[in-house]
Amino acid sequence: MTFKTTLMIGTALTAVAGMALADAHGMADEMTIVSWGGAYQASQIGAYSDPYLEMHPEMTIIYDESSAEAVAKLRAMNEAGNITWDLVDVEAADAIRLCDEGLAMEVDHDEILAAADDGTDASDDFGDSIVSDCFIPQIVFSTTMGYRTDLVGDTPPTSICAIFDLETYPGQRSLNRRPIANMEWALLCDGVAKDDIYDVLATEEGQAQAFAKLDTIKDSVVWWTAGAETPQLLADGEVVMGSTYNGRLFSAIAEQDQPIGMLWDAQMLDFDGWIIPEGLPEDRLARVLDFVHFATDTQRLADQAKFISYGPARASSAPLVGNHGTLGIPMAEHMPTDPANASNVFVTQYDFWADYRDDLDAKFQSWLAQ
Amino acid sequence: MTDASAPENEVMLTSDGRSLKSSLNRALRREKIRALLLIAPLLLFIILTFVAPIVDMLFRSVENEIVGNTLPDTVEVLAEWDPETGELPSERAFEALYADLFLAAEAKQHTRLGSRLNYEQSGISSVFRSSGRSLDDVGELTQDVLEDLDPAWEEASFWYGIMQGTGDPANGLLKSRRDRLAALTTEDMSGDIGFLPGSDISVVLPRTAAAYSDFAIFTAIADEDVVSEEEPWEGVYAAIGLDLQDPALREGILAYDGPGAAQLNAALEAELPVINYREAMIEIDDGWADLSNWEVIKTYSPRYTDGYFLNAIDMRNGADGAEWRPENEQLYLTLFLRTMLMSLAITFSCILLGYPIAWLMANLPARSANLLMILVLLPFWTSLLVRTSAWKVLLQQQGVINDLLVGIGLLDDANRLVMINNATGTIIAMTHILLPFMVLPLYSVLKTIPPSYLRAAKSLGATDWTAFWRVYFPQSVPGIGAGSILVFITAIGYYITPEIVGGTKGVFISNRIAFHISSSLNWGLAAALGAILLTLVLALYWVYDRLVGIDNVKLGG
Repeated sequence: MTFKTTLMIGTALTAVAGMALADAHGMADEMTIVSWGGAYQASQIGAYSDPYLEMHPEMTIIYDESSAEAVAKLRAMNEAGNITWDLVDVEAADAIRLCDEGLAMEVDHDEILAAADDGTDASDDFGDSIVSDCFIPQIVFSTTMGYRTDLVGDTPPTSICAIFDLETYPGQRSLNRRPIANMEWALLCDGVAKDDIYDVLATEEGQAQAFAKLDTIKDSVVWWTAGAETPQLLADGEVVMGSTYNGRLFSAIAEQDQPIGMLWDAQMLDFDGWIIPEGLPEDRLARVLDFVHFATDTQRLADQAKFISYGPARASSAPLVGNHGTLGIPMAEHMPTDPANASNVFVTQYDFWADYRDDLDAKFQSWLAQ
Repeated sequence: MTDASAPENEVMLTSDGRSLKSSLNRALRREKIRALLLIAPLLLFIILTFVAPIVDMLFRSVENEIVGNTLPDTVEVLAEWDPETGELPSERAFEALYADLFLAAEAKQHTRLGSRLNYEQSGISSVFRSSGRSLDDVGELTQDVLEDLDPAWEEASFWYGIMQGTGDPANGLLKSRRDRLAALTTEDMSGDIGFLPGSDISVVLPRTAAAYSDFAIFTAIADEDVVSEEEPWEGVYAAIGLDLQDPALREGILAYDGPGAAQLNAALEAELPVINYREAMIEIDDGWADLSNWEVIKTYSPRYTDGYFLNAIDMRNGADGAEWRPENEQLYLTLFLRTMLMSLAITFSCILLGYPIAWLMANLPARSANLLMILVLLPFWTSLLVRTSAWKVLLQQQGVINDLLVGIGLLDDANRLVMINNATGTIIAMTHILLPFMVLPLYSVLKTIPPSYLRAAKSLGATDWTAFWRVYFPQSVPGIGAGSILVFITAIGYYITPEIVGGTKGVFISNRIAFHISSSLNWGLAAALGAILLTLVLALYWVYDRLVGIDNVKLGG
């Protein structure tokens, strides 16, 4: 055999091997869960996946911290025809959007979720938190504001509008790189009545008004994309104040003992939960359903509150919420729904955001880039 | 090389009797094929993984089939509508819109069209989304009346009986509906569905037969259910309402004697709700009363569009052709300009910093030069993300540099420098990251310049500066050229570093491309921006070739 022939045969073999390379993904003892990273994801690992893995030691659970871009990524996966995620943690508005677009699977809540211990159907136990046929609720959370106690002088902020008050509180602030919450707060602090905000925000003029208000602080804002960034920026002293999720602030304050204070004023209350992507192969779907059934039962949802200060979405879990897993402090008073914290709650209208998110996102991003 | 005048019988032959020329060609061809086979895997690999995706992606910058595929009937009716009249489209357009949208909502494709059109007309996405949720209500008006009239209308099998008929099947209708659904869902809609629309009924009730066929195809193929066991969706009731109230069809329905004739005649005589689709659609979402939304659908109905390219240069299709976007939406020209200017700035700072290093490396003794080389290469081997994040630590307001300046009293604590999350941050970090691309080619060229030239110039009376500027520098230009091209072209397409340290004022056009590819999923616009960027780079390369000459660029001695 001459060298040339050998080379040619080798080349041909490589080509054949390349074509025969099969898609090896999709084994049911592996599951990819998409979540938000940081303290929240840690609470899910502690309350759901670690106990589940104890029962199923052959399993591998992979966490992907992409929930903030879940809608875009699921759309792209759908376009490419290759769904690599098994279970996705999203906010209520995103769940509605994904359901409308056929990217999330519609589920029968009573069929796939465990009933409460007293026999109440899952759909009654979850109640209003089931905002869409695709949404499997987990928690109630709120977006709120934290500040550096040592950088605000003798007058710690008491109102959310401190964000827009550069005179009293000079310095950088961190805000979410998405319109949600920012637009509402901007209008609220521009004098729009709380009940009218979404009506105003649905109009061109209202959106312009919100952007104009945000313009006043645009140069002093660090924009974050992950919930863990604000606590980090606050801890570094890079920002004076910033918005983030209440559980992240709790963990920075209570667990890491940072000089950070938090504000419950105009906290934006919202639901967070699972969706199952549409079009999973049978073996993966079976695994996901098994996990979801376990992870959303009464005890598991109550367990999550041991790790982070988010309220369980099940009515039957509320009485079981106890003390923090390691610190031993009672968790109930750190929940966004605790009466002491809920004196001025702003309930996020997820159906508004389901309809307007695409449009406002586009406007917000080009506003940012200008 | 052949002699044209040579007579044919004098062709030179090889030993096996063939002409020498064809024999030679054959041998050459064999060699060529063999050579081609050798590179075939690489060629295939490059075509499949590089060329084809790029062409496919660039094609998206003009492709616009979604409007025609999602709203085919509406687009057809709108062809006769003139927006200049200032009036909303006809009732027929609203009827077509209802039917098209209903089908799109069942296939969950309406939100995609909404997102697509929202690129051109902000706010239209929410119109499509909220409409998709309420379309059932309109069909239910007719459904309720029919079902009160005769409970048979609630039965799946009754409907199936009527629509299947007893005579010949209308294969043409089924085929055209299959094609329509396949275009809408981009999925294969062929295969047995256990239903064939009767040719009689599709003449008597054309809208209903079409709507029921859609329902049947969708039920059997997408939902994998049995058609005869499923009650039709509301859109079919809306269609039969229109058919029964159509005066042109009345005669045909009266004469019809197939399955369900009695119920159809009873329904014909009953008072079905008269639905004004214009009012119904506006009731569902008042966006349909907005002329500009309709105009956008009409403007973007062709299969190909220049809309993405116009958008990429801050323009749009207006009533009178292309026009500038409103000031507050203009973005991309600024970004292109910023990308160019900042890449130039980065290239120049690379020359300024890189030239002395390269000169030192070329002129120091080998030992020290090697050490310098390692110092240049070390960061080159470090992960890009690590280097960028390190700059974040150094440059931030509570960072090392600011702390140092405050510590030695050069800076007041309240006036710390803002060196990150802006253009400064991007230029500093990218200069550092791209520096090796300047130093290495420069070094390899400087290395080849004989030191004796400089000495000769000095011995002829030149000052240090003249000797450098007139003798040494001109010989190093090819190295500067090579380094500049490398740095500039790399910088222009960079996006990780600007994303991390650029804030909002220090980002490049490539960050917007990445944003449109991965977040907003406006791939058409991303493709258009990418195509423009590619053209710009090629144009600059051409200009460079004309000015400096590409042969003068040297990557090594």
